Amino acid sequence: MNDPKQSGLKKAGLQVFQWFETRLGLGHQIEEMSGHPTPVSAASWWYVFGSAAMVLLVMQVMTGILLALVYSPSASNAWPSLQFINHDLTLGWFLRAMHGWGSDFMIAIVLIHMAQVFLFGAYKFPRELTWIVGVLLLLLTLGMAFTGQVLRFDQDAYWGLGIGASITGSIPLIGGPAVHLLLGGPIVGGATLSRFFTLHVFVIPGILLVSVGVHLMMVLKLGINEWPMPGRLVRKADYEKNYKELTKKTGVPFVPDAAWKDAVFAAVIMLSVMSCAWFLGPIGPTGVPDPTIIQTAPKPDLPFLWIFAVLAYLPPELETALLLTAPPLIIGGLLLLPLVAGEGEKHWSRRPVAVLMVTLIAVVLGIFTRLGTYAPWSPQMDAWSSYTVPAEYLEHRTPLERRGAVVFQEKQCRDCHSLNSVGGQRGPALDKVAAEMTEDQIIRQILQGGGNMPAYGKALNPAETKALTSFLMTLHGHQRAAKDASLGTVPQNGTHPAASAVPSAPATETTPAR
Amino acid sequence: MSQPDKDPQLHGQDHGADAATPFAMEWQGSEAEKLDARPSASSRRAFLFKLAVGFNAVVGVVMAVPILGFLLGPVFKKRDDNHTWVSLGGVETFPLGETRLANYVNPVKGPSDGDTAKIACWVRRTEEDKFQVFAVNCAHLGCPVRWFAQSKLFLCPCHGGAYYEDGTRASGPPPRGLFEYQHRIQGGTVEIFAGEMPTLSNEACTGKKPLIQISPTNDDQRRPA
Repeated sequence: MNDPKQSGLKKAGLQVFQWFETRLGLGHQIEEMSGHPTPVSAASWWYVFGSAAMVLLVMQVMTGILLALVYSPSASNAWPSLQFINHDLTLGWFLRAMHGWGSDFMIAIVLIHMAQVFLFGAYKFPRELTWIVGVLLLLLTLGMAFTGQVLRFDQDAYWGLGIGASITGSIPLIGGPAVHLLLGGPIVGGATLSRFFTLHVFVIPGILLVSVGVHLMMVLKLGINEWPMPGRLVRKADYEKNYKELTKKTGVPFVPDAAWKDAVFAAVIMLSVMSCAWFLGPIGPTGVPDPTIIQTAPKPDLPFLWIFAVLAYLPPELETALLLTAPPLIIGGLLLLPLVAGEGEKHWSRRPVAVLMVTLIAVVLGIFTRLGTYAPWSPQMDAWSSYTVPAEYLEHRTPLERRGAVVFQEKQCRDCHSLNSVGGQRGPALDKVAAEMTEDQIIRQILQGGGNMPAYGKALNPAETKALTSFLMTLHGHQRAAKDASLGTVPQNGTHPAASAVPSAPATETTPAR
Repeated sequence: MSQPDKDPQLHGQDHGADAATPFAMEWQGSEAEKLDARPSASSRRAFLFKLAVGFNAVVGVVMAVPILGFLLGPVFKKRDDNHTWVSLGGVETFPLGETRLANYVNPVKGPSDGDTAKIACWVRRTEEDKFQVFAVNCAHLGCPVRWFAQSKLFLCPCHGGAYYEDGTRASGPPPRGLFEYQHRIQGGTVEIFAGEMPTLSNEACTGKKPLIQISPTNDDQRRPA
């Protein structure tokens, strides 16, 4: 310390700092910001999600800039340039993987941050605008995810744009022009990709970064939300005075007392992103975006799978109405929340509706996302030619019944109906269909369709129908085949023994061994 | 030490007005400057400022014309600029009674479209001179439907929309049958009037049905042979 040389160096360093400080004045501001008093109760592990989202944003910006060095935003070259990044550039695959997984992590963290803020009542006075800007940030984050998915210009991206256009096209009156505006022309093509590139790289990030700045500025100006206490109500009249007193009594400087937890969590999140990237690899691209290759089953990325699922389950007549009203209602509700409920109780234990809502939304999103991963509503397009009829379903069957099994496969029934849990799940599994429906009911269902099943009257000739029905009538598990009760008392000339006949009737002998 | 600290704060303030600021003599300003700093003079400057803002607003409006015009260009393009008759190939390439996938190059192809300029459609030949040409896009959300000749159905991989061989809706979420192209036979080739991605809005924005027969049933009777 007493070494004059060292102190001279120190002095010089201080002078350089002071030179900048005189002109920039940043150091003093940063010191003030980082040291701003935080209620000690808020120096909690529950308060780390916002900063983690910001760190992820910085990571996304950095990896995004690196990817933009190579990526080509033209419909003819985008896909090859992604392959080039994946396979030909040193660690290109890892950069793409980090950017892709970083996106999923960011959405997850933003949602958790939002749920935490909601449950802790942090959106109430005077932090209403912080919440509103936060809702905007969520929408921008989702916008980044959607536009980013388009930039991964593969089959899913191409048809995903078609889905976007179809939804936009269902808006009354302005639907048509809106589609053209979205696609940059009358059809998905080069102009579409370049405008999504512009959105993803310039427009949305610009708004996003400014909004994050405003969001953060308000957090600093208004202070971090204190840990809520049951019964400690927020009133506009005295909240700020009380908060000031609380921070005066129990305040600790944000750095280092609270910030160390943020730093640890951010590091853990970054490590998680990198682990996912390393072990699971980059996301896509799937097949070439060639619209003439129609052997594809487009699916959106993870954050939008739940919408994909909802669209499958909505009744057709409700769909357009709901698609057009639900988003403005949900977003409007989120924006209005702090203005409507800006005062009162903050603690979750006194806000059962809030807790229920968060739980319900989380469960619903989780279920729909899970359903979206295996899409039981989609026909399995190649099931009819890929899978065999289980051998036990063919044992001890007559030639006609076996011929029926061939018809079953050949007419693509398997694409929607599973046997032995293999096949499509759009329609019911048919392992025990004869136990649930009589022969007449089965014939009518096949020929006339109904209840989400197309009519096969034109696609089956009488011989095929007869064979198919007799095969299906052998599928009744360990139960007896269903019979029309009114026919049961009249002998049916041997084709089908009456229900009152001996239990060892031919139909029961052909029960599949399972 | 105190002087540099104060500097940044000074920047934000109105220099001339604050008499309390301790200026050195040489910074006091000349008599003419002091005279100029009077409020009466500043109101003239306020007027000039307002005038300048107004001037900028006018220039901004003028500038908005090309900006918005460029941005909204695709919206104002006339339908006929996008649509052309496109050949799908000779009549003989489509066997009678079958439904085949045909490809064409989108007439509004741009320089960077690459593979996406190619579009597929389903061509069904019912009689010697009778055709139906369907868009591959499902009427629900635009996914590509696939033809299954054995069960005579078009199936959509996304949400399971199903259509019969004549394009009418069979089951699932689609609100209508498959979109159909206007078509004609010209010099032994099948031609369609193409150039736009079919969505439910095509009807809404044009008010008529030039590209697509909207009603899902009885198309055969209404279409000119």
